[in-house]
Amino acid sequence: MKIDLALEELHRSENDLAHELLQVSERHKVDHEIYHLGRDLARWSQRHVREIADVGKNYGLDLDPEPEDEAGLAERLREKGAELIGRRGNPALLLLRDLREIYMKASGVSVDWELLAQAAQGIKHTDLLDVTKRCHPDTLRQMRWANAKLKESATQILVT
Amino acid sequence: MTRKDRIAEPWGTRTPYGPGEEWPVRVDTHLDEGLAPEGVDRWVQTASILHSNGDALDIAVKDGRIAGVRGRAGDRVNHGRLGPKDLYGWQANNSADRLTKPLVREGGKLVETDWDTAMSRIVKRTNELLAEQGSSAIGFYTTGQLFAEEYYTLGVVAHGGLGTNHVDGNTRLCTATAAAALKESFGCDGQPGSYTDVDHADVIALYGHNMAETQTVLWARVLDRLAGANPPKIVCVDPRSTPVARAATVHLAPRPGTNVALMNGLLHEIIANGWVDSDYIEAHTVGYDELTMRVQEYPPDVVARICDVPEEKIRDAARIIGQAERLLSTVLQGFYQSNQATAASVQVNNINIIRGMLGKPGCGILQMNGQPTAQNTRECGGDGDLPGFRNWSNDEHVKDLARVWNVDPMEIPHYSPPTHVMQMMRYVEDGSIRMLWVSGTNPAVSLPELARVRSILEQDRLFLVVQDIFLSETAQLADVVLPAATWGEKTGTFTNVDRTVHLSEKAVDPPGEAKPDLDIFIDYARRLDLKDKDGGPLVKWHDPESAFEAWKECTRGRPCDYTGLSYGKLRGGSGIQWPCNEENPEGTERIYVDGKFWSRPEYCESYGRDLVTGAPLEPAEYKALNPEGKAVIKAAGYLPPHEVPSRDYPLQLTTGRTLYHFHTRTKTARAPELQAAAPEVWVEMSAADAEAYGIAEGDLAEITTPRGSVRAQVRISGIRDGVLFLPFHYGYWDNDGGHAPDGAGRAANELTITDWDAASKQPIFKTAAARLKKIASGDRPSSAPTTTGSAPVAPIGYETAGSHNAGVDEDVRTTSGGGTR
Repeated sequence: MKIDLALEELHRSENDLAHELLQVSERHKVDHEIYHLGRDLARWSQRHVREIADVGKNYGLDLDPEPEDEAGLAERLREKGAELIGRRGNPALLLLRDLREIYMKASGVSVDWELLAQAAQGIKHTDLLDVTKRCHPDTLRQMRWANAKLKESATQILVT
Repeated sequence: MTRKDRIAEPWGTRTPYGPGEEWPVRVDTHLDEGLAPEGVDRWVQTASILHSNGDALDIAVKDGRIAGVRGRAGDRVNHGRLGPKDLYGWQANNSADRLTKPLVREGGKLVETDWDTAMSRIVKRTNELLAEQGSSAIGFYTTGQLFAEEYYTLGVVAHGGLGTNHVDGNTRLCTATAAAALKESFGCDGQPGSYTDVDHADVIALYGHNMAETQTVLWARVLDRLAGANPPKIVCVDPRSTPVARAATVHLAPRPGTNVALMNGLLHEIIANGWVDSDYIEAHTVGYDELTMRVQEYPPDVVARICDVPEEKIRDAARIIGQAERLLSTVLQGFYQSNQATAASVQVNNINIIRGMLGKPGCGILQMNGQPTAQNTRECGGDGDLPGFRNWSNDEHVKDLARVWNVDPMEIPHYSPPTHVMQMMRYVEDGSIRMLWVSGTNPAVSLPELARVRSILEQDRLFLVVQDIFLSETAQLADVVLPAATWGEKTGTFTNVDRTVHLSEKAVDPPGEAKPDLDIFIDYARRLDLKDKDGGPLVKWHDPESAFEAWKECTRGRPCDYTGLSYGKLRGGSGIQWPCNEENPEGTERIYVDGKFWSRPEYCESYGRDLVTGAPLEPAEYKALNPEGKAVIKAAGYLPPHEVPSRDYPLQLTTGRTLYHFHTRTKTARAPELQAAAPEVWVEMSAADAEAYGIAEGDLAEITTPRGSVRAQVRISGIRDGVLFLPFHYGYWDNDGGHAPDGAGRAANELTITDWDAASKQPIFKTAAARLKKIASGDRPSSAPTTTGSAPVAPIGYETAGSHNAGVDEDVRTTSGGGTR
């Protein structure tokens, strides 16, 4: 049985997604919806990290329930930087790149949840299946958000 | 006939009536001092332009000037009544400081010029930008105070002619959430209620809706029910002790930002007690199971802690709402401008839906509007949506619109949702929008975080066009200022929240060279030589009536069907409710009768959005969710606001209106009675907070948030503890003549946060963390009105009252003027 490996991978990929969302949020503080939603949606992944760590105990895993945190100071510096560069053209392209990255990472997480759900059904572990049912829809919403923001932003950024 | 000071008594004489009876007629008249009705030269038909109720009135013309107003007895909306802003506000039209000539910026200063010079500059800049960058460089920001014909023309020019997606109205600040909530629940904008529901309801629940101040005549209707036999019960949700709260059976004053939790608590009780219409839910809705699951997390004790509202009051309110036989629910800015705006407003819809209380007398929802013509901004494309409630993500709808306009579908931007104003400001900030045309609104005072807004609008690289009737704060920053005609000086139609269309006719000439907004937009289209696909002019109309006829064609077969209306039909009698067409020649009082909605995938205006992330649903998602066009029940969990009180900012700040002013006071401050009733900004705090801060009534205080600070005199009012209230009307034009504060700020939006609801894109004005400190002791009480939500908790030695010529004649009639319902 390799469920522990799948959980470890998901623990890593959710942490990574939360980190990415926070970083993007900070980089684009002047784009207020990106800033606020990035932080809101990072919290979903952080919650998933806790759930994964919790259910992981059943599979002999000792995963850190605390999401990896940003260094506070670096965060402030990046926010300040975002305010300063917010009036030049290039951050816009960076925004597309960042949203694309979120979309890709969330897609990866989504696939990981699917794999886990398939396994949970195979071995009839309802606790594990319940975790996937609680968390996976959030991941899909994170993906759709990134995709929608990409669509909404692309035209102005690319034709300007 | 009685004479009333309607500053002191804003709602006038009571005319009590019972359930199912006709609301009595009371005709309100106010004329220039010394002028009697028989001395009036002409009476000219129109409706209110200084609030959203849509009260029908006649303008009195004397010697070519507007000299007063009289309510129209036969109109379904007001049965002759008028509110204080209508009774006194018309005087602003005659102000000596109206804009009478176009202005252009020369050597850094605005100087007078002629129309040809002003328009040529705009057209030259437009063409330069189209050549350099394309239409993405150009944005339009309009209002909720023009006429349907004008919005439609602007929409055709911007969407069909220039092809820009950057079109929005200031309705984004007031009713974007009304539209969004209706789209989420019913797939389409359009009110599932009628003002006549007040006549029948046994429970009226007002959510964040201070109706007494925002729609005074509708509140008079409620007061008359309360004074009559078998009065309705009132449930009020508001952190302030408003006149509505004081009349309420149950008043809930939740902590700002917690509306979704409160609504889920009410839904929890309604569902747990079985106060639902299971047959209706089964036959006409989707999504109920998810709602029942979601609200399980919100029993009253949990909600009481989140909202800081007594558990028993939540149960009381839920019982009243749950046992109502005819439930009217109304919603306004307390929900629309707060945290989780759309999610909270949708939960109000859910209550009426699961109780099966739609489409029957007394059973309705009024997701209210904040401005007189906001409904038209939304219908005609002034807010960036496609006209006629067409769905931008439905290719067939775009094709159909292209047919109406005779353009290629590719000409109409529909690759993403329209750009909302806050995003437009961001594009101006990053330099990708380089021309912004503002018509009839004042973003330099009304948008959040004014220091930021000013820094954006002041940029040299922005070409700013402002079309207005006064030199507003925003106009002072413009490169070109176009003097517009206003209500009473031009003809057009507009529609209120309960879908009543009124004709507003020209009574007098505009001052100087001021022109109707319609003429300005048509002139722009002609000068740009905008063509349809056969080489004919894109804008095929030349005056209000021909524009209305074109608009009618655009609405054919759509929910807001105007095809049965005409100027002739609207002239003389009552306003008429859309849809008005061959099947409903006299209009439609109630929509969504028998659970029939406009939400079929191929017909609906919107597929909806994720209430948290704001991501639009894809067509396939919506088809899977709601294949048969039912009402959509959408659940939502509570999320705390992005800015919560902290050690540095321990209080919560909310902003709002007063009865006596409209928006940034450009008109109401120029009406002496209204200005005198609320002459200066104030800040409200509770008695307990005042004591804790060592503050007395009338002391000068400074309110600070991370964005800035404002100084105001304190009014100790019935607001909940921990919350401050600032009216948002006060800017700088009548202070020192500038566009920005000289020293201490007085515009509430110096303090507000740049953040918006992800689904409706409406800015959040009602949840900011703030601190307050005393600056000086006062030598007199605050001048805030004593008649309204700002009423003092203890006597202060004076009562708000009008001057000697504030008298209004009220003629209560026992028989109606006919044509009323």
